[in-house]
This record gives sequence, structure tokens and C-alpha cells, in this order.
Amino acid sequence: MKHKQILLAHGSGGSMMHDLIRDVFLPAFDNPLLRQGNDQAVFENPGGRIAFTTDSYVVQPIVFPGGTIGELAIHGTINDLAMGGAQPIGLSVGMILEEGLEMELLEDIVRRMKRAADDAGVPIVTGDTKVVERGSCDKIFINTSGIGIVPPDVHIDGASAKTGDAVLISGTIGDHGVAVMSERKGLRFETPVTSDSQALHRLVARMLEVTKDIHVLRDPTRGGVATTLNEIAVQSRCGIEIEEERLPVPPAVHGACDLLGLDPLYLANEGKLLAILPEQHADAVLAAMRETPEGADACRIGRVVADMPGIVRMKTGIGGTRIVNVLTGEMLPRIC
Amino acid sequence: MSIISSFRESSRAKPIIDRIHQRDTGPVSIMEFCGGHTVAIFRSGIRTVMPVHVQMISGPGCPVCVTSNGDLDRAVALAKTPGVILATYGDMLKVPGSEESLMQVKAQGYAVEIVYSTLDALALAEAHPDREIVFFAIGFETTSPAAAAAVLQARDRGLQNFSICSVMKLTIPGARALLSMGEVKVDAVIGPGHVSSIIGSDAWRFLPEEYGIPVAISGFETLDLLAATDALLRMIEAKQPDLVNTYSRIVKPGGNRKAWGAVQQVFELRAASWRGFGEIPESGLALREEFAAYDADRRFDIRVAPAPEHPACRCGEVLRGVALPPDCKVFGTACTPEHPLGPCMVSSEGSCAAYYHYQRQQR
Repeated sequence: MKHKQILLAHGSGGSMMHDLIRDVFLPAFDNPLLRQGNDQAVFENPGGRIAFTTDSYVVQPIVFPGGTIGELAIHGTINDLAMGGAQPIGLSVGMILEEGLEMELLEDIVRRMKRAADDAGVPIVTGDTKVVERGSCDKIFINTSGIGIVPPDVHIDGASAKTGDAVLISGTIGDHGVAVMSERKGLRFETPVTSDSQALHRLVARMLEVTKDIHVLRDPTRGGVATTLNEIAVQSRCGIEIEEERLPVPPAVHGACDLLGLDPLYLANEGKLLAILPEQHADAVLAAMRETPEGADACRIGRVVADMPGIVRMKTGIGGTRIVNVLTGEMLPRIC
Repeated sequence: MSIISSFRESSRAKPIIDRIHQRDTGPVSIMEFCGGHTVAIFRSGIRTVMPVHVQMISGPGCPVCVTSNGDLDRAVALAKTPGVILATYGDMLKVPGSEESLMQVKAQGYAVEIVYSTLDALALAEAHPDREIVFFAIGFETTSPAAAAAVLQARDRGLQNFSICSVMKLTIPGARALLSMGEVKVDAVIGPGHVSSIIGSDAWRFLPEEYGIPVAISGFETLDLLAATDALLRMIEAKQPDLVNTYSRIVKPGGNRKAWGAVQQVFELRAASWRGFGEIPESGLALREEFAAYDADRRFDIRVAPAPEHPACRCGEVLRGVALPPDCKVFGTACTPEHPLGPCMVSSEGSCAAYYHYQRQQR
């Protein structure tokens, strides 16, 4: 008989755990490597350099407008590989489940992970499940790791930004942050804001078709565009100047930020990338990005400058300037 | 185009900035009283497009910043009182008291809950009938109607476990105290927008009438602030100090009588302790006798030792406009948003935070 909730025994290593794997995970994630049922997935070595990454997902709430923790866990790890220029070839999924988690919710998350992995064309080849006592985790934590292959002549690195380079972004900013924040606070907006969670490896592949000479790729997740650009400025020992008027902030995100006292530059994105590349390739790469569904709203937001190394500066709408600092601490609601 | 984005349109800013540059005023100091304006001015880069003879200085308009260490220590002590859940706006969490901040207290396992509105605090009281919910009420006239409404609702709903710790303050006595001290040269004032929406623009007439200082009530969009600045320079140029309301879409001459009426129903004036100023008579709001049951000060016997401010911190002088944040020896070194020594570095409306985040390298 199928249980309606996760029980401690589902993590015991005994028959209930095998039932859970057989009934929930295997049918969903099914592929030849996983079907072998070994403790590890064994790949053919396709040659070239290998990229390897891991990330854990503990988002609260686990279901938000436009997605769940499941899609995030797939897209996030694929994107971490893609930001090194790698094409992902396989993912692992480690689940930590809280005793009492509704089976229906787990199945929904698993289905969504499968769909996200299928859409991205990246198989889930190995996995692990643990169940912990009620209160020891918040419903479900997911860790995903991924392996990818970096094509020859691709050398993308956060320390490679050069003076004169163009700074591009693949689409609008702040959507995911507002979607999660509004769900957390029970806020409803006239124009619903949904998470932008999506895999970016195909967009990156398209960009690399135009030129291999891309200096930096980064997905501005936690801490947002502001924090990511600051990291690059420090790593590359350069200044970055962005223009406020070029930042693609959807009106609904702007409105929500005004209401909550947040700055879209610091909100998390889960399906966007920042690209820094030589000016001579910028227009061609931008045109190629715009041909893809992931990069349809791509635009140029600034450039790399020689003065003020380690600092991100913004030209404001009225022609003034200000610094764009890293996010300090947590964003807290303001009082008035 | 939305109403809001039209206030951010750069093409509309250019002619106002040009006019500001053409005004023949000589050197002037313009003070903004509101912390929200301070941040908006920095974020939009307004200071960087002003002519050199126009200096913009920040006043005591950040409610978090003017909260004294003693009042912060009282909140900390309340949070540590058995059975109490202290509900607070998020801004207060990181502000250091004389020993610790509410965030540190929360990390020790005491119940400190962030709320977005006083209604959230009431909901907490209803959800936890076995606990005492104390709302740490800080703020100026803008936030006081919400505190008054919470008290009135708590009475209507018969809530027995809700009280507020009021450290709320009034801007007009604060402004008068600052000008009476005469430490800082103020030639013109950008009047607060949200505060004035409650008390009305007429409340600021005393500035031109008694002090000969022009005042322009402003909104928070870039164009609002530029228009207010231009109006102030025009009055200085013409030597005709007056009150101008450039935020008339929100602020009425008489304010919001219903909201202010609720404040007056629930609260009475008392002396309040301001960081940087000390005690200012009739500048604080205390619960009236009729609402004593909702007064945390009467409900809990909280006594805190006199609390000096950090010796190196110059927040007090920054709040009075006599020192700029970079003048402070610990600014950006011993005092940062991660390790604040004073509230101005950590409040989202604090001058030091605005300097640190937006202008650090350009001072």
C-alpha cells in the first residue's frame, strides 16, 4: 500500500526505501545509466576538460509562482556548469526528506525535476535519499551535482574581464526574487510575477558558436546583479560601469520593489546570465542571444572600465553617478 | 508609461537641472529632514549633478537612527522577558544597543519577530494567546497612525496579550530643536513627504515664518526632489522664503485628519530622548491613561541602566548635520554595515549607510 506521507522508515535502507525508489524516483528519472541500479554512474570519457559542480537547494517556500524547488535544483546546477562554458552530460540528485512530507508533493516535485531535466536534455544518472526526523529539515532539501564537458578553446573565468569589454545581460532582472518574496509574504500583484527559473546551457552554446572569446559568464542568483558584478570587479581587478536606464526591470518587479523597499539589482535571478566579452563581438553575440527563447530580452547594460578597480559604478537616470555595493546581510523590509 | 516611470524619465530631469545651475543664489546649504529623501538623493545621484555652490546635507529624519541606546536596551530587555514575543519592523533588528542588537538577541533563541505592519503584530497576538506580544513602535508621524490603529483594534477585539513599547517621535519638535541649537547653517529645507501626508504641509509654515527658511515638501522620485530643490533655490534667489508643496498629489495642507485624529485619540505628548540631541520636550508619543492596558512600559517593569553611546561613533553629530559620515574616524573601517557601531550605518535610511553604499569612493 502506498503511503500518503514520508515516514522515517522510507529512509531506513529496508523494503520501504526500495519501494520509494522503485515507485517514485526510478519511473520518473528513468534512463539507461540510472536503470543499471549501481552505486555510481559510469560515463564514457568524451575527451576534453571536465567541469564539475554541486549546489544545495533549501528554498522556502518550496512551491512559488512559476516553479518549485525541483526545477531550481535542476536548472541551478546546469547553469553553474554552463557558466564555465561546459555542456552538461549528467546530474546527481540527493534528497533529504522530512518525516511527514506529503507523498503527493514529493511526487509533484520529482515530476517537475524530470520534466526540467528532459527539457534540458541532461539525464539524472545517480541519486540518494535520506529521511530525517520531523523538525530536522524543512520538508525537503535537494542537492544536485553535475558534470559537463568544456569545449576546446573556451576559457571563461571570473578573473578575465578586460578594460573596454561590454557587459550584457540575457533578460529581465528581479523576477525570481519577487516571485519568492511575494509567495513568502502572501502578497498578490495585479500583474503576477513568476520565477524565471530556466536552464541556460543552450543559450551559452549559441553564444559560443558566435565566438569562443567570451571572458566571463555568471548567473546572478543570490545577491543579484549588483553582487555578481562586484564579485567580477574584484576577481578581475577592474571597474564596471552600468547604466540605470539600460537595466531591464519589468514594471511589475519595479512596483513590487517600491512597495517592499527592495532593489531589483539585489534580487535573485534563476535563469539569467551576465556576459562580459570584447566589444568587437558584443553586437553579434547579442543578436544571437536574442534569437533564443532564453535570451530574447538580452541587452547591453554597461562596460568594463580601468578606473576604480574592484568597484561597480552606475550612471543614474539623470546623469549622476553612484556606487553599486554588494549586498550586506539580508534584505529586510523597511519601516516606512 | 506608468505614472511612476514618468517621474523617472531622464529627459524631464535635464531642464530642471539646467535651471538649478542657472539660479544665482551664492553658496547654499539645503537640508533634507527625511531619511527616505537621503537615500533617494544618493540613489539617483542628485548630489553629483548639483552645482558646487549647492550643498545638500542630511538631518535627523531617520527614525531608526534617532532612537537612543537606552530605548534600544529597553527593547532588548523586553525581548528577553519570559513569555514575550517582541514584534519589530525589520530595520531595527541590526541596530546595536549598548550591549547587543535585537538580531543578536534573536540568535540567542529569544522570540523576536519581524513584522511588515502593526496588523501582523495583532495577528501574532491572536495566534499566540499564551504569549505576550510587544510591538516595538518606532517612527515618526508616518507610522504612528498604524500604531494607534493597532491599539484601537486590540481593544475592539478584546486582545489581552498585546501591548506596544512606544519610542515614536514627532518631526516638528526635532526640527525646532536642531534649528534652535544653531550649530549648522541651514538655508533651505526639503520637507518630508510621508510625514507631511499625515500632519499636512501647513505644519511646516513655521520655517519661513519664524526662521526665514524656505521649505519645499517633496516626494521620493528623482523629479520630485529636483523640483523641490529648484523651488528652494528660486525662493532663495528671490529672497522670499515661503512654503511650497511639490508633492501635492499626496500631501494636503491639512494632512490626513482621520489618521492624525486616531493618533491623538490614543497618544499624548511626552519628552523623548533623541540620539544626538538628548531629551526634547513634547517630542514623543506615549499612550494615554485610557489605553494603559496596551502600554508595555506599564505592563512590564523594565529598567535599564543609563546607556552611553559608543565613544568613537559620531552618529549624533551626523544627525545634527554638523559632521558628514566620512568625517567619522570609524566610518568604513571599524564601523561597516556588517559590524555597525551606530545606527546611521545600518538603518536603510541612515546617512552613513547611504554614503557607504552609494558614494564611498567619491567623497
